[in-house]
Amino acid sequence: MTTAVQVRRSPRPRKPWTPGQVVLTLLGVAVSAVFVAPIAAALFTSLKSEAEAAEIPPHWLPKVWTGQAWKALWETGNITDWFINSLVVSVCVTSVVLTVSALAGYGFARTEFRGKSVLMGIVMSGLMISPAVLGVPLFTTVQQMGMVDTHWGMILPQCAPAAMVYILYKFFQGVPRELEEAAFIDGAGRWRVFFTIVVPLARPSLAAVGIFTFIASWNNFLWPYMVTNNPDLMTMPNGIATVMNSYGIQWAQLMAGGLMAGLPLIIVFVFFQRQIVAGVAHTGLAGQ
Amino acid sequence: MTTSAHMTTGAVAAPARARTATAVATVRRRQGFQHGGWFVAPFLALFVLFVIWPLLRGVWLSFTDANISGDGASFVGLDNYREALNDRAMWDALGHSAYFTLLVVPCITVLAFLLAMLAHHIERGKWLWRLCFFVPFLLPSTVAANMFQWLFTQGIGLINETFGLDTPWLTDKSYAMLAIVIETLWWTVGFSFLLYLAALQGIPGHLYEAAKLDGANAWHRMVHITLPMLRNITGLVIALQILASLQLFDQAVVMMDFGPGPEVSTRSFVQYTLEQGFTSYRVGYASAMSIIFFVIIAVVALARMWLLRNREESGR
Repeated sequence: MTTAVQVRRSPRPRKPWTPGQVVLTLLGVAVSAVFVAPIAAALFTSLKSEAEAAEIPPHWLPKVWTGQAWKALWETGNITDWFINSLVVSVCVTSVVLTVSALAGYGFARTEFRGKSVLMGIVMSGLMISPAVLGVPLFTTVQQMGMVDTHWGMILPQCAPAAMVYILYKFFQGVPRELEEAAFIDGAGRWRVFFTIVVPLARPSLAAVGIFTFIASWNNFLWPYMVTNNPDLMTMPNGIATVMNSYGIQWAQLMAGGLMAGLPLIIVFVFFQRQIVAGVAHTGLAGQ
Repeated sequence: MTTSAHMTTGAVAAPARARTATAVATVRRRQGFQHGGWFVAPFLALFVLFVIWPLLRGVWLSFTDANISGDGASFVGLDNYREALNDRAMWDALGHSAYFTLLVVPCITVLAFLLAMLAHHIERGKWLWRLCFFVPFLLPSTVAANMFQWLFTQGIGLINETFGLDTPWLTDKSYAMLAIVIETLWWTVGFSFLLYLAALQGIPGHLYEAAKLDGANAWHRMVHITLPMLRNITGLVIALQILASLQLFDQAVVMMDFGPGPEVSTRSFVQYTLEQGFTSYRVGYASAMSIIFFVIIAVVALARMWLLRNREESGR
């Protein structure tokens, strides 16, 4: 009661500029400048002409500002295809991962079936396996299924992350059993309880898993790189790294393409900073 | 919000539970047995197809001389493993990945901690610091690598220009890996930074207030409160970074134009494996290397679990 009153009385106490705060803030500005500088440099370079971008010695700001590289990118490249492919792959991966890992996390946390603990152990061992570790055998498996150079071949192998199941499993374990039992007694079935009681409670965890999966999938390079070399099917990171790097690098265009690949997530981040920070921290911290 | 929902429904549920404890037990058993498997099935199907089956397949292929087309493979026993253990290039590649890990892990851990302390202690504009330190992590690995490839290129690169150097970052054996390490620090420190920041915000403020009352200065508060409270998160950051760094691939290949670097000084284990599989078409041999790599990763992961368990048993 008292705390509530206090909070209301001083809604936002102005903090004084102590010498310590001044020093820390200046330090923060300096370090931030170092972190932002490469992105700013890329942006400025994308606004130079190709000749100026390769000039020796280099300079930060363009002498002549031009949208030439951006225009060339739109006109000549497959960049729009790559963008759409990236979007399709990331959205599909995120929805499939959210669905299957929420179901599996709940299944492992709250249901009983034969061999559950053995299965759980096997799934946990999957935490150590990634396309980087098992690349070649994974490729031949996908090849055997006839999914090389297809969207499904790109999407499905990204859809079995044991880590996400583990995160949701931990969350579902913490949901009070009484909530579900009350519903069971009222006659609701497992599925109904899952969708109407458990899923709404898990929304923050699901958001975390979804955000993390989307970032990872949008930025994934290694697996799309292995599974396709058809420029029409490539995703942004893949197309930029392989096609745009292949015949004599045009730096201004390359930087413009890179920013196009990076900017969507950055813009989303600016608007949903709180949720994304919580999401990334949540997924990371679940490893504790 | 969620907590209050828990409490109200819990309070209603409690008497119901007492009344029908046996009924609940029966319900729980029957419901679980009927549907439990179905909840897990979709994930398991994907998991078996794209994790377990490739793993088993990799084990089988590693005992054969299979090529990329997959036909006409014959059993060669342990030949691939024998060859791998005597392959200088494989050991070099493993050495590069290990060297990269040794450089990156301590740097990232310390840097992430310092950045988190900075962002935590500046009272104004917290969102701005978070944005600046974290934003590189949102870039695709290849984009970040391209940016630094350009910044490091001798002549046209801004890094030499800005610091008045003329270092052949990308073309000299003694700098190439360092350039990759610097790029990696910039690109990935934001993730560990967020973990530290979350941990710092989770330390109860009353600990610091009590210490202040007892006359502890800022340094003492950091050494005796902050650092011990961050011990778990440091273990986590180090473990995640070791596992990620050993799998070095994207930034190294992009910065070195998909080559092995000057005098083959940056070819990572993953890169060498993929070269064997996709360039030399030696799927059997590449599979054997994948299995070796899997064992290395598993040993690291199990070592961490073992350390955690030991710590718990010794009382903390």
